Amino acid sequence: MAHKTVSLRNPYSVVLLSLTLIIYPLTAWSELVIRVTQGNDQPTVVAVSPMIMSGVQLTEDVSAIVESDLQRSGLFKTIPRANMLAFPSEPEDVYFRDWRLLGSEYLIVGSVSLLTEGALELSFSLLDVNAQKTVFKHSVKGVEGQLRDLAHLASDKVYEEITGIRGAFSTRLAYVTAKQKDGSLVYRLNVSDSDGAREKIMLKSSEPIMSPAWSPLGDELAYVSFETGRPAIFRQSLTTAARKQLTNFRGLNGAPSWSPDGKQLALVLSKDGNPEIYILDLESSKFARMTRHFAIDTEPTWTPDGKSLLFTSDRGGTPQIYKLTVATKAVQRITFQGNYNARPSLAPDGRTLVVVHRASGVFHIATLDLVTGRMLELTETRLDESPTVAPNGAMVIYATKQGDRGILSAVSLDAGVKYFLPAKSGDVREPAWSPFLR
Amino acid sequence: MNISANKFGLPILCLSVLLAGCSSAPVDETTSTIEDTTVQTASLEMEMEMEAEKAAAMAEAAAESVNSADTVFYFAFDKAVLSDDSRAALIENAQFLMSNPRAVRLEGHADERGTREYNMALGERRANAVKDFMILQGVSGSMIEVVSYGEERAASFGSNAAAWSMNRRVELK
Repeated sequence: MAHKTVSLRNPYSVVLLSLTLIIYPLTAWSELVIRVTQGNDQPTVVAVSPMIMSGVQLTEDVSAIVESDLQRSGLFKTIPRANMLAFPSEPEDVYFRDWRLLGSEYLIVGSVSLLTEGALELSFSLLDVNAQKTVFKHSVKGVEGQLRDLAHLASDKVYEEITGIRGAFSTRLAYVTAKQKDGSLVYRLNVSDSDGAREKIMLKSSEPIMSPAWSPLGDELAYVSFETGRPAIFRQSLTTAARKQLTNFRGLNGAPSWSPDGKQLALVLSKDGNPEIYILDLESSKFARMTRHFAIDTEPTWTPDGKSLLFTSDRGGTPQIYKLTVATKAVQRITFQGNYNARPSLAPDGRTLVVVHRASGVFHIATLDLVTGRMLELTETRLDESPTVAPNGAMVIYATKQGDRGILSAVSLDAGVKYFLPAKSGDVREPAWSPFLR
Repeated sequence: MNISANKFGLPILCLSVLLAGCSSAPVDETTSTIEDTTVQTASLEMEMEMEAEKAAAMAEAAAESVNSADTVFYFAFDKAVLSDDSRAALIENAQFLMSNPRAVRLEGHADERGTREYNMALGERRANAVKDFMILQGVSGSMIEVVSYGEERAASFGSNAAAWSMNRRVELK
């Protein structure tokens, strides 16, 4: 179909195009279904003209993926395709007035072309409708199976241009699902795209799987598996699926967290009688004990400089967040508000601490500004846990309950944007957001 | 063929050889091989039956200990303090274990509230509280293994106070 050669001002060609687009299969989310429940008060309005390949039916609706990415950020509202008067592919084909009438502030146009056999290029432009100019023209290349990746890369580029924040649509999620089967639970460790698409099972077990943690390069996961009848920490490559058991001590073997340089793993062992934080050097396989206290010490996470660990301890009587300087092992209490603050993680800015916080008996995700000491409850759901911050610091994904079902939910760090990612069936829990992958 | 290791197999084999000897036809190699196979199968079946009986007897013995006292002990939220009922049941369990020594496993659990790894620690703390009490009652610590499942293995599903109270527990197995 040579749609680029026909005039897009011709109403008949528009009808023809619409029909063609309907038959492009929309890839169904494999497990997670995303529903945006709350967006920004004044979202930027963007129109994404269908990006297609001349004469070829693509396996993915590239523009729909970009639209869904931008909507999910909560910062954008998109123009429905049915309202568009034309589907331009090139900036030269754009009649700005049409898009201004639709209320669109920005317009994305583009197309996919075949470079060589199997190699594709997505060329796209961002246009400022009010200023009537092209903001940028960009292209990304990949192979046929990477159309979704190309779409997410386009979303990243547009998001960064408009918001000034690096896009994190090209990232991935790890999470654990639990499903009833023949009266017992089946646990799965999964990895999917950040939008829940292309889910892959990393591990399936009849014993619990817990605490997935990404390596800083995003090529490996560390996690806890009970497959031996006891908790043990494993590492597994995402590229080869090769796995290795790292710990096999009496008692707890839990809460793995990769150091920023990827050379060490902070973790929890209770072999000495009660839970203590250790650092495992992955090359020498040597363990160094960090804490020495009869209380519970758990959930270590590294500060971005790799010099300190934040962790949960009930040494003060209730679970609170403490900071440990690795070099001196000096420990300092960080949280003081409320009687339950646990599972710390630091946003990429290094000053926003994300925790599970209990207020009036209800567990919420909250942030603590380490500079001002201001605490902000982000969530209104209940039984919230396992917060994980996007590598660009824009959103937090966490686990919560909807009725009796475990689901994932997302909230922006300013609490303005919210969406759910429920699994199609069973419980989903323990999300872990990957680092930037390229 | 591994018949020698089987004490029940041998008499049966002798018996079958004896029977074979009684028949007028000479015993050729093929026949004896076939008979040997039959014998081994029969003895294996017998052995399996014996094993099953033994297992049933053991299960019965175990059931007796389960019946004599509660083997699930419940706790308050974020606490690892044994209740009076739990102490009474543990004294009974400990006495039984001392007269019928076996390796036991204490599985510690937490309700779903709070973070998962903290709950792993809490489950272990509860199981250790039970272990310490059993040791005080005279049970050898080397016979007790502690494994925490945190909130990963709920006994009662549901997000309400009734379900939570059933899940904050230690199971003696």
